Amino acid sequence: MPGYFARLTPRYRRSWALVAAYLAFLVLISLIDFGGNTAGQTLFRGLMLSMLIFLVASGLSLIFGLLDVLNFAQGAFVLVGAYIGYATYQSVELSSTYSFLAAVGAAVVSVGLLGAVIETGLIRPLYARPVFQIVLTFGLGAILLDLVQRIYGPQPKQPLAPPELFRGTFYLFGQSLSIYRLFIIGLGLVIMVAVGLLLNRTRLGIIIRAGVQDAEMVQALGINVRRVFTFVFVLGAVLAGLAGIVLVPYQGATLDLGNQFLILAIVVVVIGGMGSYEGTAVASFIVGLTRAVAEQMSLKHFDAPVLAETSILFLMIVVLLVQPSGLFGREES
Amino acid sequence: MTGPAAAPNHGAGAPPLLDVEQIHTFIGEFHILQGVSVQVPRGSITVLLGRNGAGKTTTLRSIMGLNPPRAGQIRFAGQSIHRLRPHQIAQRGIGYVPEKRIIFRDLTVGQNLQIAERQKGDLARKADLIFGLFPDLHRLYDLPGGHLSGGQQQMLAIARALVPDNALLLIDEPSEGLAPVLIEQMMDAIRRLSAHTTVLLVEQNFQVASRLAEHYVIIEEGATVRAGRMADLVSDKQLIKTYLGVA
Repeated sequence: MPGYFARLTPRYRRSWALVAAYLAFLVLISLIDFGGNTAGQTLFRGLMLSMLIFLVASGLSLIFGLLDVLNFAQGAFVLVGAYIGYATYQSVELSSTYSFLAAVGAAVVSVGLLGAVIETGLIRPLYARPVFQIVLTFGLGAILLDLVQRIYGPQPKQPLAPPELFRGTFYLFGQSLSIYRLFIIGLGLVIMVAVGLLLNRTRLGIIIRAGVQDAEMVQALGINVRRVFTFVFVLGAVLAGLAGIVLVPYQGATLDLGNQFLILAIVVVVIGGMGSYEGTAVASFIVGLTRAVAEQMSLKHFDAPVLAETSILFLMIVVLLVQPSGLFGREES
Repeated sequence: MTGPAAAPNHGAGAPPLLDVEQIHTFIGEFHILQGVSVQVPRGSITVLLGRNGAGKTTTLRSIMGLNPPRAGQIRFAGQSIHRLRPHQIAQRGIGYVPEKRIIFRDLTVGQNLQIAERQKGDLARKADLIFGLFPDLHRLYDLPGGHLSGGQQQMLAIARALVPDNALLLIDEPSEGLAPVLIEQMMDAIRRLSAHTTVLLVEQNFQVASRLAEHYVIIEEGATVRAGRMADLVSDKQLIKTYLGVA
């Protein structure tokens, strides 16, 4: 780690210092305003939200970085993953753990296939036309939302019981908390490390990182970059679909799930820096924790979660004013 | 032999390694190349000359398939390549060193070299050649590409093209932005690497080009106007002045 920091540019070092200072500020203000236990519960909830946002935002960031496509259908992948996962979890007659695993498999595979079809069939012909891609993915998001509504109905789906393996509670910060929440945090951290290792330790990852910087040069080195594009798009879709199914035992499935997470993911990608994986990871923590603290604060002082959404948008504006390319994004030369 | 573009033939007998024949390339609605022909004899250094905006860089990009020509033929080692995609062209054995070098800034020097491997072990096999030509890269192996100086980035860009077994290197403006001492080093490196591979060079600096290359092609307003042996061009001051504006 000391080697890592020694190699950073002064701007990146400043970004890390800002992040550390801001997270310390969040912890401090939570302790002062809510007291020890509530602060702990709030930050724990924020940590879980951070992991869910990360699953959606990491795909969005990688897709944007490599393909230059701002994928507005990313939220719809969460939605499709949640509803397909929900239906599978409910209908498979196995033990709850196996049913949940089947639901995860169904959600991930179907959203992955959907991503592959969309990238190869619809987005690939439009690589030279970025504006059309925005319109296309925006439209796809709307179509998928409509399809989900037609197939599964407009009524929200209530949370299903977590699989047996993650049932039960544990005692923390003066409150009993579901083990399933701990599973979400653990899963998010595992995926964060796994994708990080993929990007940093494998040849495919090196190609992806190089492609984020200059996909044309990667082609000129003899690498079929279109295959890499498809892989990254599918990976992004799969992670979003995973976020969808993982949400089912926690908050059920609702039609606004996609848009809710799309907005959070876009804020994360902008704050972290477009196309920066480490930026996305760090910004997921910032946004998840900020939202949880702001929600708790507004519930305490205004009896309504009025600050939850505005706080993260305000945060995004501040970051863009201080560092227009985001915390870890590349500055335009 | 110095001759008009219509019949650029550098030598009798052996067919050229690269034969670009009357290509027309568009960028958007702009008709950039309007009949460029280039023949690159095997085992030589050939230089593309011409004023700024003449179409030299676009010619290299067309050969690589990055701006594919709409008309004309490109044959490499006797096979047509102008309908292939860039990665397929590269896999045929053409290495590309672009004008802006395009080093992957977040990757280390080592990763910048490893990514160019087409077969596992390419870099290990070429290590002696690469680090013999550019010893600095060995020292800088674990440093991110973004931390290198302009000269070091140029070395890395050329070294990257040497990792796989490329029969032809396309090198665009290797001396651009380099200090005179670094230009000398770069020239020396290109001269030495030409013992291993054929080189097609774009070079704005005529002094550099004339000392390096054995053959030349002059492009003006998107079309080949002259081609021949460099020794003949150097002795023809009028031709140099007419097409290159160099006294």
